[in-house]
Amino acid sequence: MERVRLATVWLGGCSGCHMSFLDLDEWLLDLAPRIELVYSPLADVKEYPEGVDVVLVEGAVANEENRQMAKVIRRRTKVVVSFGDCAVTGNVTAMRNPLGKSLEVLRTSYLLESAGTGLRLPDDREIVPVLLDKVEPLHAIVPVDHYLPGCPPSAARIKAVVEDLLAGHAPSRAAEVIRFG
Amino acid sequence: MAVVTLTIDDKPVSARAGESVLDAAKEAGIEIPTLCHLPGVSEAAACRLCLVQVEGRGRLQAACVTAAAEGMVVRTQTDTLREYRRMILELLFTEGNHVCAVCVANGNCELQTLAAELGMDHVRYPYLNPARPVDVTHKQYAIDHNRCILCTRCVRTCDEIEGAHTWDVAGRGTSSHVIADMGQPWGESVTCTSCGKCVQSCPTGALFRQGSTVAEMTKDREKLGDLVTARREKKWSV
Repeated sequence: MERVRLATVWLGGCSGCHMSFLDLDEWLLDLAPRIELVYSPLADVKEYPEGVDVVLVEGAVANEENRQMAKVIRRRTKVVVSFGDCAVTGNVTAMRNPLGKSLEVLRTSYLLESAGTGLRLPDDREIVPVLLDKVEPLHAIVPVDHYLPGCPPSAARIKAVVEDLLAGHAPSRAAEVIRFG
Repeated sequence: MAVVTLTIDDKPVSARAGESVLDAAKEAGIEIPTLCHLPGVSEAAACRLCLVQVEGRGRLQAACVTAAAEGMVVRTQTDTLREYRRMILELLFTEGNHVCAVCVANGNCELQTLAAELGMDHVRYPYLNPARPVDVTHKQYAIDHNRCILCTRCVRTCDEIEGAHTWDVAGRGTSSHVIADMGQPWGESVTCTSCGKCVQSCPTGALFRQGSTVAEMTKDREKLGDLVTARREKKWSV
């Protein structure tokens, strides 16, 4: 049997979804021979490869690097899954949106806090990716095929979705599987 | 008592004359989703989730304010209704800041539960991310306007059950918001009796007990209906 080329990506999120993925414990050993992990924060791969079958994308699109990565993912992947509430809704990552555009957010978060300390906003664009003015869910940037909500989605929920995708059918959208939070 | 017979989802149902289609359906075991409906207080027909199709009527009808009538043929589960209900929920999610993961009502929220039940696995419309305040001036309770869906259950509960009418709605359109008295901080309200019924009535995490953290705010919404029934049937002697 041909191995499914699986990738996982970490955009603007806390990595909690990846931690939940690791909560699959010994099932990961069952999964390993059926997939090839071609890109992931859990693997040392520098560039997102061509010809990915399935990708789980954690995190919202919060900065320019996230936005470009989202487009690369979409171009090079058959099935894109929004993995967790930040990718699906913006969630905690998007809680900065009501504060205003990126500059106001940075001022609120850092300068007011550090008044008098002489600290400056990070402005080296080569090193720090530029924040987008508005944090967006993944599907606002590129088309998404399936949604796996949860903060984080439980290991059981992740397993069910990955099993369905490996078997080649659409994941369940039952109420207990798609609840936010 | 006059009784009418109608058909709901191909099932013959009898109802008291004047009873709402929503109540008639519920008694027949047919669940119609609701958010602004709360047993014990009047109907607002604000949320539109209970929209149903009635044969011979061109427009969709809100089941909570449509009287059951003889020979009426009602459909509560069609593709059109399912799509509209999902759209309504998605628009509610875009209009406020509903961050379930960090909400006091996570796991005990009617909006969150309905979204899952009605198949809302993502929101297709752009989020508005409005800047909305949180008022923690009351000694026991607090209101987080980010989570408010303007169902007006608190307004009706405070007015009709407690008789205080502390809450009301100010503003128009997307700037509509719930206010205490004439718009002062809740803690400075002179009419609020601190009874907490509004907190129990709230379907989301907008009204909560101070000190509640994520997922801690459980609510006992049925108490309010029980209270009204007990008063009507004079179950308590004073």
